[in-house]
Amino acid sequence: MKKQGYAQDNFFGWLMSSPALLLLAIFVIIPLVMGLGWSFTNKRLISPLPTEYIGLKNYDSILAIKIIPIEPILDDNGNPQIDENGSIQYLRVRDVIRANPKYLDFRLYTEFNAFGNHFGIIAKDPDFYRALINTTLYVLMIVPAIGIISLLLALLVNQRLWGVSIFRVIYFIPSITSISVTSVVWMFLYNPDQGLINQLLQKLTYDVFGFSPWLQSADTALLAIILYTIWQASGLFMVIFLGGLQDIPEDTYEAAKIDGANPFQTLLYVVIPQLRNTIVYVVITSSILGFRLFTQVDVMTKGGPEGSTLTLMMHTVNEGFRNQKIGYASAISIVFFIFILILTFTQRKIFKSENVLE
Amino acid sequence: MRKHVSNLSMSHNQKARFQKKALLFLDYLVMIVLAFFFLFPFWVMAVGSLKPEKQIFDDLKSVIWAFIPREVSLENYAYIFNRIPFLTYFKNTLVIVLTTIISGLFVNSMIAYALARLRWKGKKYIIGAILALTIVPLETIVVPLLMVSNKLPWFNGATSWLDSLRVQIIPFICDAFSIYLFYQSFIQIPKDYDEAAIMDGANPFVIFSRIIIPLARSTFVAVAIIQLIFLWSAYLWPLMVTRTEAFRPLTLGVTYLYNMDIRWGPILAYATLSNLPSVLLFIVFQKGFLRSIASGSVKG
Repeated sequence: MKKQGYAQDNFFGWLMSSPALLLLAIFVIIPLVMGLGWSFTNKRLISPLPTEYIGLKNYDSILAIKIIPIEPILDDNGNPQIDENGSIQYLRVRDVIRANPKYLDFRLYTEFNAFGNHFGIIAKDPDFYRALINTTLYVLMIVPAIGIISLLLALLVNQRLWGVSIFRVIYFIPSITSISVTSVVWMFLYNPDQGLINQLLQKLTYDVFGFSPWLQSADTALLAIILYTIWQASGLFMVIFLGGLQDIPEDTYEAAKIDGANPFQTLLYVVIPQLRNTIVYVVITSSILGFRLFTQVDVMTKGGPEGSTLTLMMHTVNEGFRNQKIGYASAISIVFFIFILILTFTQRKIFKSENVLE
Repeated sequence: MRKHVSNLSMSHNQKARFQKKALLFLDYLVMIVLAFFFLFPFWVMAVGSLKPEKQIFDDLKSVIWAFIPREVSLENYAYIFNRIPFLTYFKNTLVIVLTTIISGLFVNSMIAYALARLRWKGKKYIIGAILALTIVPLETIVVPLLMVSNKLPWFNGATSWLDSLRVQIIPFICDAFSIYLFYQSFIQIPKDYDEAAIMDGANPFVIFSRIIIPLARSTFVAVAIIQLIFLWSAYLWPLMVTRTEAFRPLTLGVTYLYNMDIRWGPILAYATLSNLPSVLLFIVFQKGFLRSIASGSVKG
């Protein structure tokens, strides 16, 4: 009897899975495989030339980076030339690259002084490294910021106080609005001359805070985007923490109280260890979302000023969609995907090994 | 002596009560300051949208006036209805989001049911594959996905999906993460529930729709909300696949307006109108909303 009941499972299993499997195959797996294949070709969207297999050349173009010493400019006596400020004049990196066939296709990323010498960092795709560093910086700042702020929000609204649910609603509202729309609103607020944020900061700090250019300076643009993202996404993570907090049994707090723990100790030794699953989830999700940063940047700065907010996603879209270098963009996507993969696995591993220690 | 002790303890009590009150005050103060931080952009947006262009910036200088509506004018709203196809954008977003969510709930829960509760060959591999697919970000496949979408046939004889609503709907119906959430939820339902039904000769479709769906209602709500949050914000994909205004969603309209001419009044009116539905929806259903995301997103 029982066996008969399960005999049809084979048929129904495939039947009920088929719509989802078909959609996943067409819209996820085929594109994934195609992208992997194209990453070894010079495919372009519209090109008179046929697509050719070029091996790992795309990956080389993305990743190739070198540090080269830059010689000082010598005067007639063979001594380094010195400018009016007393600093040594170096050759232009661009000229060094052009003079040496080994550095063909390389472009300047940045220059720096170290150990009394001058160096240039050159890469075949300096924008990739710019994007990689911006994105990494962004993730390194946004993950702890959002983690801590949303946990604090959750702790605040988890109290049994009158009216607390109103605050819960308020903190969550930015999360349900669309990023491109609220990004434009924040551009209005960030306006350097007349924007409300500058005016407000000035009034509140009695002019200690001068006008900040926010989105229009390479020094502050990424920070402005981070501040916006904290505003936009904290509520969502607050709700996730709230779910975790509500799973902690009431008597755990009671026990901590009886043991004489103050609220801070309770948080550190009782609440946070109990929230470990939630914390791992929040860290993974917020860092993946961080690496995918695109919409707010595309709306607010388009990657500028001076490439200071260029992100990996933005670079991929620029190359593949706007410059139509599909093969190249696919290779960047694969590199990007490998980052996400490593990230997810490391975080899961850290999580698992902590479990073992218990 | 005894009196003295009781006096002492009373003053101690008073002190404790005072401390408690001070702490409570501080608590509310912090919450109110934070509430201001999360709300002021919306407030300033809505107030600004009701003012003529020149007054918006004049009022910003005084800060306080930026928060207070003066003579209310609907000029900016008239502008966005007359000058740009706002209603088309709005209708597009609504159609895209609703169709994707509803068909997604159906497709994703069905496969999750088959994986969680039926015994069939091959499901082990499919579970593994779906788990792996949950970490594929859309952005990494967006360029080939565009090429695939450009080659697909449609019922009216078209051979490309570009510049349509379906290209913004169909690729996102099936979502590995939603399947995973459903799977997690279905696997926790005790086996005896369906065993009795199997004895009665019910087929899996009946068990799924009569037993599993009612039991896992909160998971359906949670998945719908999580999808809503992401679909409502969809930007990159519509940017790539739409060419004409007829198929653009709200999220692209705002940048269209911004690039047309930077007049903040209409932009703020646009932002106010396009934020309104989701904010209202949320405020009306906030209880279910927050509870189901909290319980639905992280388990295991």
